[in-house]
Amino acid sequence: MDTNMILIGLAGVLATAAPVLFAVIGETITERAGIINLSMNGSILLSAMGGFAVAYRTGSLALGFLAGMLIGMLVAFIVAFSSITLHQSQVAVGFVLALAGRDLSYFLGVPYMNISGPVLQGLSIPVLKDIPILGPLFFRQNLMTYISYILIVLAWLWIFRTRPGLMLRGIGERPAAAYVRGANVNLLRYVYTVIGGALIGLAGPAYTLNVKAGWMGTQTGLDGIGWIALSITIFGGWNPLRAAFGAYLFSFLQWLGLVLQSKIPGVPTQVLQVAPFPLMILTLLLVNISDAEWVSRILATLPERTRRVTVKLLRALRASPPASLGVPFESE
Amino acid sequence: MKKNTWINLGFQAGALVLALLITTLILVAVGAPPFKAYASILSGAFGSINNVENILITWSPLLLTTAGVLITFSAGLWNIGIEGQMTLGAIFTTGILRLLQNTQLPPALIIILGILAGIIGGALWAALAGALKTFGGVNEIFGGLGLNFVSTALTIYLVFGPWKRPGVGSMSGTQPFDQKLWLPTLPHTELSLWALGSSLLVIVAVYFLLRGTHIGLRLKAVGKNSKAAFLMGVPTWQYSMFAFLLCGAFAGLSGAIQVTSVYHRLLPNISNGYGFLGLLVAMLINYQALWAAPIAFFFAALNIGSVQLQIQYQLDSSFAGVLQDLLVLLVLLGEGARQRFLRKV
Amino acid sequence: MNVELRDIHKTFGAVHANVGINLKVPAGTIQGILGENGAGKSTLMKILSGFIRADGGEILLDDRPVVIHSPADAIQHGVGMLHQDPLDFPPMRVIDNFILGRKGSLLTGHAEASRDFKHLAEQFSFSIDPDAYIDALTVGERQQLEILRLIWLGASVLIFDEPTTGISAAQKVKLFAALRLLAEQGKTVLFVSHKLEDVEGLCSRVVVLRQGSLVGEARAPYSTKKLVELMFGKTISVGERNPCGGGGAASLSLRNLSVENYRLKVQNVSLDVCCGEVIGLAGMEGSGQGLFLRSVAGLVRTVGGRIILDNKDLTGRSYHVFKRHAAAFLPAARLEEGLVAGMSLTEHIVLAEEAHEFFINWEKGKELAQNRIADFNIHGTPANTVESLSGGNQQRALLALLRVPLSLLLLEHPTRGLDIESTIYIWSKLKERCRQGTCILFISSDLEEILQYSDRVLVFFSGKVTQPLEADTLTIEKLGELIGGKGWPESTSGKST
Repeated sequence: MDTNMILIGLAGVLATAAPVLFAVIGETITERAGIINLSMNGSILLSAMGGFAVAYRTGSLALGFLAGMLIGMLVAFIVAFSSITLHQSQVAVGFVLALAGRDLSYFLGVPYMNISGPVLQGLSIPVLKDIPILGPLFFRQNLMTYISYILIVLAWLWIFRTRPGLMLRGIGERPAAAYVRGANVNLLRYVYTVIGGALIGLAGPAYTLNVKAGWMGTQTGLDGIGWIALSITIFGGWNPLRAAFGAYLFSFLQWLGLVLQSKIPGVPTQVLQVAPFPLMILTLLLVNISDAEWVSRILATLPERTRRVTVKLLRALRASPPASLGVPFESE
Repeated sequence: MKKNTWINLGFQAGALVLALLITTLILVAVGAPPFKAYASILSGAFGSINNVENILITWSPLLLTTAGVLITFSAGLWNIGIEGQMTLGAIFTTGILRLLQNTQLPPALIIILGILAGIIGGALWAALAGALKTFGGVNEIFGGLGLNFVSTALTIYLVFGPWKRPGVGSMSGTQPFDQKLWLPTLPHTELSLWALGSSLLVIVAVYFLLRGTHIGLRLKAVGKNSKAAFLMGVPTWQYSMFAFLLCGAFAGLSGAIQVTSVYHRLLPNISNGYGFLGLLVAMLINYQALWAAPIAFFFAALNIGSVQLQIQYQLDSSFAGVLQDLLVLLVLLGEGARQRFLRKV
Repeated sequence: MNVELRDIHKTFGAVHANVGINLKVPAGTIQGILGENGAGKSTLMKILSGFIRADGGEILLDDRPVVIHSPADAIQHGVGMLHQDPLDFPPMRVIDNFILGRKGSLLTGHAEASRDFKHLAEQFSFSIDPDAYIDALTVGERQQLEILRLIWLGASVLIFDEPTTGISAAQKVKLFAALRLLAEQGKTVLFVSHKLEDVEGLCSRVVVLRQGSLVGEARAPYSTKKLVELMFGKTISVGERNPCGGGGAASLSLRNLSVENYRLKVQNVSLDVCCGEVIGLAGMEGSGQGLFLRSVAGLVRTVGGRIILDNKDLTGRSYHVFKRHAAAFLPAARLEEGLVAGMSLTEHIVLAEEAHEFFINWEKGKELAQNRIADFNIHGTPANTVESLSGGNQQRALLALLRVPLSLLLLEHPTRGLDIESTIYIWSKLKERCRQGTCILFISSDLEEILQYSDRVLVFFSGKVTQPLEADTLTIEKLGELIGGKGWPESTSGKST
């Protein structure tokens, strides 16, 4: 395989990661505020179908993406409302919405199956596109991919370098302390959940209007993407940069699977597709056991150098969830 | 207290009415005549003996997963991993059947061993999720979710790899088993009375377990307040693990039945959403085992009936799913509304 | 800023936490607020700081009535509160905690905040690294950070809720210096505490709250005796003391027991308890008696010493092992830890019994429940869910679940929130147990209860524990003094961090 083919392949990796990125960053923001939006799989499917349908009907890509965002926001709002105002379980409502979104997308999407609609065109950036290696890789993409680059940076800046972002981390960490500092915790949680939902809703049309153009019902191949995005969110440690790494890694493994399949037939590549899940489980394990007694005991028996390396590795891999994730807040 | 019961019934009925209203609107939106569509579903469900048999075939695995999930919900656990547990049951059953199919053992014995293997497979997979939770602190929702996908990957690996059909592996699964290894069914159908009987037995057993045994009472205590349960002497993590194991066993049995009586092979997505559907049923019946069988039957009927909808009106059969999901969603939201209503009153 | 609270009322359900409180504090004062647990001090301060809303009354700052309905309002008016457990964000860094909540530009302005932080820290002689993580700091340092933060926000009224719990002596010195500096700067400082020595040494004026009302005021110099009397009330007589004595071999032996958590260390407690003896554990909440009691139950790991029950060494074993050796623990939080909300009385009783069969005989269970209900005079039916019972009946239910006989009974605030009738009834049941030979260790904030029912008393203060004191020679005044941290002999067991 020559360099050119590899570059094209890797550029494809960046492009296919973009939709997942939208969803992962959206959920990262929502979970930073302390809410779990478990409906991701349903949201993405529904917004994928809805966005395509609107784009097809109106001929406008922009309206298609907007429709997707609105669907994502609506679903997220239902999750927030049932948790914050109605005090029902976020997990239960999110789970049902995941199923409902999926079923609705298949049912309502029948008229739009297997037809071609507007597709987002590529948009190479002048000058930058000609830089050797980096050019073909980063700058010969389409608009959504560029937006995804910017989104990673914006999200990171917002969460870690702005005042409101600091407050966002506060309400997810310890809402009582944020409340004492003057935050309207529940209002902020609504806002951030809906914003997260908007980004999740952007992921759907990013597929059907771009990466995997068109709606093909159950053959669209999007069922499960939401769950994968959820596990990448966790693997990403609620940090946009690390989450982006996870999304790109996932996309890369997909591509690798395809490449290997053509080179070495007989390797079931679907196995690579599920890589995010063991990674997520591993991340969660590390969160909890790095402080566990039995782990310290095992570490103590290792030779000095191995132990130091292991401890460093553990510390780098682990990520702490916002302490009040999933826990409702009452002010009085 | 009487007034409260009426209020409760009112909200539940309201949820049903609202759900039907919304689905009617949806039907109108896709251009289908609503009442004719409902009639079509009814006829698709009960119109012929064949249809009714299909409902019963669907009812079995759903009863088993619902029963299992009732146990884990009782212990306060969200066993989303039940899909994977069913899949592992199917995998283990297929494995044993493949192993023993060419030996001299009597077929009945092979089938029984296969089903036992399925039960064990499901229980083991559930134990994994349970261990991750108990010893690793991994929330069973994410542990279960991850293991679901791993089980899918495992299935695909087997179907396209070591267990593939002679020639090329395909999505239609492994080489079907010889007829002698088929669970006996009624003539001309895939309905196995063994399957139906055992699942009904299980749901009845679960009902009595939860209502009338010490184990059930302790599970309930662990689920509602594990701190208090501990202080009263209940070994909490052991009971949690037990709940996982039992649910996994039922899920595994369900997978085993799918292999031996319905598909006669292992294929990808053999769990077919029965696990999640069981969760929905359990949520809808508010975890009261008494209503499990009828509501599961209702859901199974919807599934079968909506196939007719597809044939007659070219609508997608996911309509059944839409109605089921909306019902549960509205019941959940209604519960929240009811609690607020009662607080103000 | 002058602070005035006029006729403040607050009720929580049946409890009247603040009954018409009037308080005036001029600027530049350090005002002490004394009272025992449940007196209403925290409630009052939470109202002033906007954490909760009063049911009646007004707040005036500099003689102008202000509306404080949320912490945001309070901050705007310059009122800040330092909670007993500082409300900060453990996984974040000091500088982040410092900035969070302060209005300003979009960017966090780390550099400028760092400068302000260092400048303020110097003023108060605090040395905290702005880049350290909160979970690596001690309680005292977290407090110092909060003080700096509130000053930076422009607070001119600062409320301190039990600030000296769990900080080192050196940090206390720094804290007091800081408070005096704040008063000099014209700020108003409210110092809520139960520690007499601290209050006497620091505050220029003191008010005492008891059972929701403001019962007295005093100015420096203080008479400890008077303060104790105001705090705990003067009893005409201690009432009838009904100790059940004891005598006989030691049933429970504690040898050099040490236990700790991140705030407190209780060290080297040695105690021999005879059959049927009642030991009262006195002290303000957070002084170590809760930790101690739970360690004797096997719920909390000890770090040193031995626990011997009925001649068996149970050190390091879990609670279920203790239970098998006829010990039992009743928590103070009845619904959160002791009973299962959503389950009926019958279900609880069946659950608590040893199960000999697979199936539950509900008929027998109901009968058993009815017997227990009659036995313990519970106002409820077997089918009642426990959350529908009143507090007193919940406590009786908890007692009804205990096995007979017991060697050791550990009670955390057995009569908290109960009326007199329930209290007397519960104690009559407990004394029955004593006569059967059960040793009882109980925690209580009610001094009368301690003196009335204990054979011997241990007083806890900041992790320090007195030697067992004979209850019949202990007076309420002496007890109150010990609880407030005064009158301790130089050599006692235990120490604080």
